[in-house]
Amino acid sequence: MSWGFLRDLLSGVNKYSTGIGRIWIAVVFLFRLLVYVAAAEDIWKDEHDEFECNIKQPGCENVCFDHFFPVSHIRLWALQLIMVSTPSLLVVFHVAYQENREKRHNQKLYKSAGERDGGLLCTYLVSLILKTGFEIVFLVLFYKLYNGFEVPRLVKCDIRPCPNTVDCYISKPTEKMIFLYFLVATSCLCIVLNLSELSYLIFKYFIKCYLNRYIKKHQ
Amino acid sequence: MDWGALHTILGGVNKHSTSIGKIWLTVLFIFRIMILVVAAERVWGDEQDDFVCNTLQPGCKNVCYDHFFPISHIRLWALQLIFVSTPALLVAMHVAYRRHEKKRQFRKGDQKCEYKDIEEIRRQRFRIEGSLWWTYTSSIFFRLVFEAVFMYAFYFMYDGFRMPRLMKCNAWPCPNTVDCFVSRPTEKTVFTIFMIAVSSICILLNVAELCYLLAKFFLRKSKKAGNNKHHSNHENKEETKQNEMNELISDSCQNTVIGFTS
Repeated sequence: MSWGFLRDLLSGVNKYSTGIGRIWIAVVFLFRLLVYVAAAEDIWKDEHDEFECNIKQPGCENVCFDHFFPVSHIRLWALQLIMVSTPSLLVVFHVAYQENREKRHNQKLYKSAGERDGGLLCTYLVSLILKTGFEIVFLVLFYKLYNGFEVPRLVKCDIRPCPNTVDCYISKPTEKMIFLYFLVATSCLCIVLNLSELSYLIFKYFIKCYLNRYIKKHQ
Repeated sequence: MDWGALHTILGGVNKHSTSIGKIWLTVLFIFRIMILVVAAERVWGDEQDDFVCNTLQPGCKNVCYDHFFPISHIRLWALQLIFVSTPALLVAMHVAYRRHEKKRQFRKGDQKCEYKDIEEIRRQRFRIEGSLWWTYTSSIFFRLVFEAVFMYAFYFMYDGFRMPRLMKCNAWPCPNTVDCFVSRPTEKTVFTIFMIAVSSICILLNVAELCYLLAKFFLRKSKKAGNNKHHSNHENKEETKQNEMNELISDSCQNTVIGFTS
């Protein structure tokens, strides 16, 4: 069980996506998943070992690390990737349900895989809204938990059992900051793609409704 | 999800590339991605653990390491490879879009497109002409830009491509100027120079491919102009336009493509 599962899941959704949806999948694969696995994971690999405090008091380092990193950046990043990809499952389930119904009633309900009408369109729109929602929630969470997207070199800690205010040094802060900004940039790009796909689908739907009404009027 | 997945994605683009494009893809996978995964990652694996400073002051090593290596070589290479591979997706998307249009025409029962079945559309290899030419050329251009930007970033960040053995550091909290020693500097220098050399080869391949495509474009244009001049003695203007349109339609519905031999 690894990221390959997520990749297979998203590839399955590809068939039912719009053009913008496919671009979204490509961005998630290449700029988020691949960067996470190939580069970012290694940066945070030894973050606890390399977190150093200017004190010999046992337990002080552990307590300070836990205070400043309640949930590690890299774990939040992984959770974000999973949560953001999961709404696509709704579309997959809906299609599977439709195919099941078709088999039972022995008739084809849709002409082709690319058609999105009625129920499937609703499901697709809901999945888009959920994806955007999760992206925004995680970005806000990142911002609130870490007071912005900066990673300082030095943090001052005075929690028991540290005897007084102690200097603690974070490892590779600049590299972590660069990748955090990269994460934020790709998140924002994905939000923009989701919103434009949402507006495109809603616009297309209204045009279709309007045209149908216009044709009926003139018949 | 790893570099293998990237290989699967880009492998599909290979079919529609020129011969130089195929060579570029091979160089990318064998001499850059494979070397990165199999060798370079091990060399840089213990870079912070074995980065040693001549001081007992806690925090000095962390701060000095961060000062000299804002972003590790290995991460920069990984980003470079991802960015350089991405423009090929533009071509993949364009081809997928064309296939989608052909399938739509086929389903409508259009007489102009002669395909036996959908499988033939899926297997068809498109010529690099018309709008696909523009997409392909832009993808090569973006590749070149990304390669150049990353090479410059390397040079700028590390003051050249050599890895020194010793670095002098006096960032706070180091009490004074402290000697810090990098682990495996020679091996890192060798791999850096190797990766830069292969990057340069990829840049040259991209430039050659660009020149090849431009030459083909101008040759095709002059051939068409020559044909038109010959025909205008016998036909009037409207018939010429109709002929061009017919050519364009028949070009876009060709069954087999033997445009570029491998």
